[in-house]
Amino acid sequence: MMRETTLLVLGLAGVLTTASVVAGILTWRAADPQSPTLVNLNQRIKAWWVMVALIAIAFLFGKDGMIVLFGLISFAALREFVTLTHSRRSDHWVLLGMFGIIIPVQYWLVWTEWYGLFTIFIPVYCFLIMPAITALHGDTERFLERIAAQQWAVMLAVYCVSHVPALMTLPIPGYENRSLLLIAFLIVTVQGSDVLQYIFGKLFGKHRFSPTVSPSKTWEGLIGGLLSASALGALLYWLTPFSPLEAAGVAFLACLMGFLGGLVASAIKRDQGVKDWGHLIEGHGGMMDRADSLVFAAPVFFHIVRYFWTV
Amino acid sequence: MAVRDSHETPGNAGRRLLGAIASATLAVLARGVTGVRPIWSGSAPSQRQRIYFANHASHGDFILLSACLPASERARTRAVAAADYWGKTRLRRFIAEDMLGSVLVHRAWTEPAQNPIKIMLDVLDRGDSLIIFPEGTRNMTDEPLLRFRSGLYNLSIARPDVELVPCWIENMSRVLPKGQFLPVPLLCRVIFGAPIAVAENEDRRDFLSRAHAALLALDPSTSRRSSR
Repeated sequence: MMRETTLLVLGLAGVLTTASVVAGILTWRAADPQSPTLVNLNQRIKAWWVMVALIAIAFLFGKDGMIVLFGLISFAALREFVTLTHSRRSDHWVLLGMFGIIIPVQYWLVWTEWYGLFTIFIPVYCFLIMPAITALHGDTERFLERIAAQQWAVMLAVYCVSHVPALMTLPIPGYENRSLLLIAFLIVTVQGSDVLQYIFGKLFGKHRFSPTVSPSKTWEGLIGGLLSASALGALLYWLTPFSPLEAAGVAFLACLMGFLGGLVASAIKRDQGVKDWGHLIEGHGGMMDRADSLVFAAPVFFHIVRYFWTV
Repeated sequence: MAVRDSHETPGNAGRRLLGAIASATLAVLARGVTGVRPIWSGSAPSQRQRIYFANHASHGDFILLSACLPASERARTRAVAAADYWGKTRLRRFIAEDMLGSVLVHRAWTEPAQNPIKIMLDVLDRGDSLIIFPEGTRNMTDEPLLRFRSGLYNLSIARPDVELVPCWIENMSRVLPKGQFLPVPLLCRVIFGAPIAVAENEDRRDFLSRAHAALLALDPSTSRRSSR
């Protein structure tokens, strides 16, 4: 596994170096003042270096590192989601429980590999108990809106995100002790698809995919991004238990889900009247702006692998 | 309540060190929990002596505000807090005065020595900056901002050289509502607006309603909701 990890890190560093050089040349040739797109591009590339470095460090710590990393990602994403949506003073204890109980319990369930409870803890127990607590407080003002926002917050930021480290718990014959690489495969293809959609959209984008939800998404970006990300998945098959063709297919599905995740996240932001979820990652916005595709891709990817590849 | 002596004694130096450690720790905590960011929109961080006036809905308000100031400014910026709450027990008084360096004033004062304006002016005359909450109490209503009390006007008339900076504290009432002691981690911002001053011949009520409007204008939720 060490060989694959090293290859992957070297490959990513190579891609980022190329990106930095290209952006450097563009910046050098650009007239002052630089266009906002260029400034943003430079910020994004810089942030990518930091994110790749952080993930690589977490990788070194194996299973524990992944659980801590994604627990923190859940924390940041949940904080952004709850900040943006409506809540009242009577929600205080439910909100506290989301951060103080639900996140630790869900990641503890990943750590102990208790699959049965992992899959139902949030969609069954939290789903029922959270609104019960809210009702017990007796504050019915905008009740459905408040409990719905809380459910969405924990489903997206905690439940869906926790499926990434949960990939390590899948028993895949012939793939023992290598499941960290499956996480790497998912992250690289889905985040790669975001970047490729961005590049194809900037270069060839003409026909808007959904002007009312996300004006920056185009058909050209979507098709170019999905196809190239599937090809990227095929090229990375050696990280996975899949054949090259299977890798392309799984990557395609994951990236399609990722695209839909970005679309849903955009619709929520538009509804709440904001452009970004937050300011955590310079040039990208908040954690949810970067993770929205992974949020939608992870559970589907998890269950495809679980259904077809585990015993 | 005795006004604290400004002369340095060993005890005072120890208190200052304790205060510096406590405020630095709280600033780090506040950033970790709320990711708080200052938005300087109309004023910039400065060494000038200032009175920061802000909306008030939570005990965490002044911690958040001071966490947004540069460390050197934070060290000499003191929040004005109510003695009837923060002076009630020895523990509260220790937290407020020794750890946080707050200035305690009585809202219902009788003796001249307790006059809040006099106590605040003493602090200003020592060269320190102040954080005050002109609403006089934590706002628990659905109104975004309560009517201002007149302290802001009286301070400005008495010390016209001190800059008055409006600061809108966003979301802190959701992080730590009245009556709660565990904070919910939500993202907060503090928006610092352009300084205002009492105009020539401006009377108290006009100035206070202008200051009120200047602070309220910084609230992004009003513009966010209406500009969709």
